[in-house]
Amino acid sequence: MPSATLLRDPRVVLTALLLLAGLLVPLLANNFQISFASRIVVWTIAAISLNIILGYGGMVSFGHAAYLGIGGYVMGIMAFHGVTSGFLQFPAAMLASALWALAVGALSLRTRGVYFIMITLAFAQLIYFVAVGLEAYGGDDGLTIYHRSEFAGILSLKDRTTFYWTCFALMLGTFYLCHRLVDSRFGMVLRGSKSNDLRMRALGFPTTRYRLTAFTLAGAICGLAGVLLANQTDFISPAMMRWTASGDLIVIVVLGGMGSLFGPLYGAIAFFVLEEYLKPAIDLLHPGWGNYWQIIFGPLLIVVALYARGGLDSLFGRSTMGARRG
Amino acid sequence: MDPQLTLFFIQGLNGLQLGLLMFLLAAGLTLTFGIMDLVNLAHGSLYMMGAYFAATFIELTDSFLLGALMALGASLLLGIVVETIVMRRLYRRDHLDHVLATFGLILFFNELVRAVWGPAGLGIAVPPWLAHSIQLLPGMIYSTYRLAIIVVGLAVAVFLAVLVTRTRTGMWIRAGASNRTMIGALGVNVQLLFTLVFGIGSTLAALAGLMAAPIVTVQIGMGDNILILAFVIIVIGGIGSIKGAFIAAMTVGMIDTFGRAFLPDLLKSFLSNSAASTAAPALSSMLIYLLMAGVLVWRPTGLFGARS
Amino acid sequence: MVESLQVEPLLAIDGLTKRFGGLVATDNLSLDVREGEIHALIGPNGAGKTTMVAQLMGQLQSDAGRIVFAGTEITRFPTHRRVRAGLARSFQITSVLRDFSALDNVALAVQAHQGHSFRFWQPAQKDPGLREPARAILEQLGLGPRADSIAANLSYGEQRQLEIAMALAGNPRLLLLDEPMAGMGPDESAQMVSFLSRLKGQRTILLIEHDMDAVFALADRITVLVYGRAIATGAPAEIRANAEVRKAYLGDELGEEHADA
Repeated sequence: MPSATLLRDPRVVLTALLLLAGLLVPLLANNFQISFASRIVVWTIAAISLNIILGYGGMVSFGHAAYLGIGGYVMGIMAFHGVTSGFLQFPAAMLASALWALAVGALSLRTRGVYFIMITLAFAQLIYFVAVGLEAYGGDDGLTIYHRSEFAGILSLKDRTTFYWTCFALMLGTFYLCHRLVDSRFGMVLRGSKSNDLRMRALGFPTTRYRLTAFTLAGAICGLAGVLLANQTDFISPAMMRWTASGDLIVIVVLGGMGSLFGPLYGAIAFFVLEEYLKPAIDLLHPGWGNYWQIIFGPLLIVVALYARGGLDSLFGRSTMGARRG
Repeated sequence: MDPQLTLFFIQGLNGLQLGLLMFLLAAGLTLTFGIMDLVNLAHGSLYMMGAYFAATFIELTDSFLLGALMALGASLLLGIVVETIVMRRLYRRDHLDHVLATFGLILFFNELVRAVWGPAGLGIAVPPWLAHSIQLLPGMIYSTYRLAIIVVGLAVAVFLAVLVTRTRTGMWIRAGASNRTMIGALGVNVQLLFTLVFGIGSTLAALAGLMAAPIVTVQIGMGDNILILAFVIIVIGGIGSIKGAFIAAMTVGMIDTFGRAFLPDLLKSFLSNSAASTAAPALSSMLIYLLMAGVLVWRPTGLFGARS
Repeated sequence: MVESLQVEPLLAIDGLTKRFGGLVATDNLSLDVREGEIHALIGPNGAGKTTMVAQLMGQLQSDAGRIVFAGTEITRFPTHRRVRAGLARSFQITSVLRDFSALDNVALAVQAHQGHSFRFWQPAQKDPGLREPARAILEQLGLGPRADSIAANLSYGEQRQLEIAMALAGNPRLLLLDEPMAGMGPDESAQMVSFLSRLKGQRTILLIEHDMDAVFALADRITVLVYGRAIATGAPAEIRANAEVRKAYLGDELGEEHADA
């Protein structure tokens, strides 16, 4: 019976607990912790989008943070010019991200392997430098946002708690979307293409079309994360799209477990908790050394790359690659 | 000589100088990539370490030349250590693992530098015996130091060309680029070859770093942005091709230099002064990425890369 | 007056050529496959059989020549379009989707044939329209009990069978089998031969094989490929008797064991 096997999988229990805890955060935590949790939720949405193309589709996109930037900048620029309605900003941000993803994907998906990695990086750098060069919107220094997205009084994103729950709801929605997507006919083609693209084409699938669609969709979702991020920090700057941010996203997806549904959640939590608490933890053992926490984090990544590629997801449960329902 | 023309030639020399520095960086990268199929994001860290080592040794010995040589030695050693501890475990893995592991190395090195040398940048002075200008042509004065970079860069390029095409080691390197299992079967100590290649690459990166040091600021993370350019270069040139790396490096050097030199004025003719000075460097960086994207769309494996 | 009707061959290859630098892998190759026949392609190692298969499937661009399939010229079609037209291949080196179950592998092949893959919502693994036909094909090949095993965990012979199942799932008009019995032991080979002989007449098959027992048991016609060109085409008995063919094989495979009246 499906429900019985479901409960025996430790990841289901873990995820349920995490989501429950997530729901309770605004009731139990202080202001700083709520903001911290919001950040994790927003980055989880971005990681879900990358997981679709990287974890399930096998496309190592090293320029995914570009969509965070595009989403944020569309919102910021619109707000700068007085357009503060979320009903206009959100769709515009997602559309802009989707269009850029379509353009980048159409050109990049002609290449393979490391060339693909590099060309996606190049396009992200391109957008990064566009932002740096826009003096009107702050250039390198960035732009402060004075009005968060407004929803005609229905939602006030200025309120920390409302903002958190909005992001949380959107995250749940994104998880559900991803869940349906990867098990659908479309998702099977995408996953098959990751497993053996040549074979898929020999079966009659024009795989590039599917990968491009997934790429565009992932861009749009990440654009949503970008708008949310801009709201959360009240600030946009080219730093959102630095290649190191794209690297961080890849780390989050791999850390959590590529190609697993809730991997992005585990990864984002692990990443930000480490970033925030590794430093004081080290300081406890050796005062002052906490400043150099990345000396531990760096090699940790190396260890993950070498020995724990299944990520946290495989640590907690069986491997979920390929068809997981037997 | 006509001042406009002089300016043009000087920028040309600057482009050559930048291109050669980039070539030093890219050559090592394309070799490790071509032969070991290794995506090494931490190559820029070795560039940085070269500069930091040089700063320390020059201060210790009070001699630019001696300090530089010691720095090269230390960097070679560092490269060998890194290869032994981390890189050799990555050879059979896929590129994503390389990206993750070397990303981790970047974080590690940046933090290590911060711990040992502190967060503030360092300065290296141009050595006094190179700190003047030379008159190349009537009316054209050029920095002797930059000229020295060009000379050293060209010398290394020639050395590499000779090494790869005319020596036995070079032959193994080229053979290894096509088929490493094969050369192992032929009795070549593949692991030793890899360590050697990685060592050479690291030393070249360090050389680029220490030569650039007097001109740029020696600071944490100085290798990160230049690394991207190096990758762009080897992708344009074709992975594994030193000739491709040279041509691409020259092209990128020229575009970047001429862009920075002439774009601001060009933009000022229709943008405000401040807008133009913000946009110009960004635009010249963009040009390089546009070039790479264009090349990849036309030739998905670079100009001189292996056609699959 | 009674005239023999010349039926158009299902597949007509005309003057196919492929060069790799100075090496000519496929040399002005012409052959045709008639509907309903099992046409075997044999030749010594390096004769260019796999190159030809890749050219036929569009995985390799030809330098010259035409390929006409069911009346349509498919020479410039990309792979997936040729598959849509009714071609299917199995791979010499097993190329199944290793992370997926056997059933999922075949279901994907069925899905490819059905089209409608831009569906984003309903779970494909629960779709009876995909599962039922997939299971049926697996049963046909004797893989029924192994349907839910992950492909990577199947035995080598089972994986070869899965290869064929995936090619069959698209209900192709022409089945290209690239050394289906490669690496199989005598029992498994016999099983495969028996299965393929049941397909005789129902499906058109272009069979590339080294196993001469299988070839002579199954083929209606045989073409012999040497250095990329077809040196002889005909019924098995004719080929066996052909002097040039014997010379090409140095008598070892086609020779004394099969020399009978």
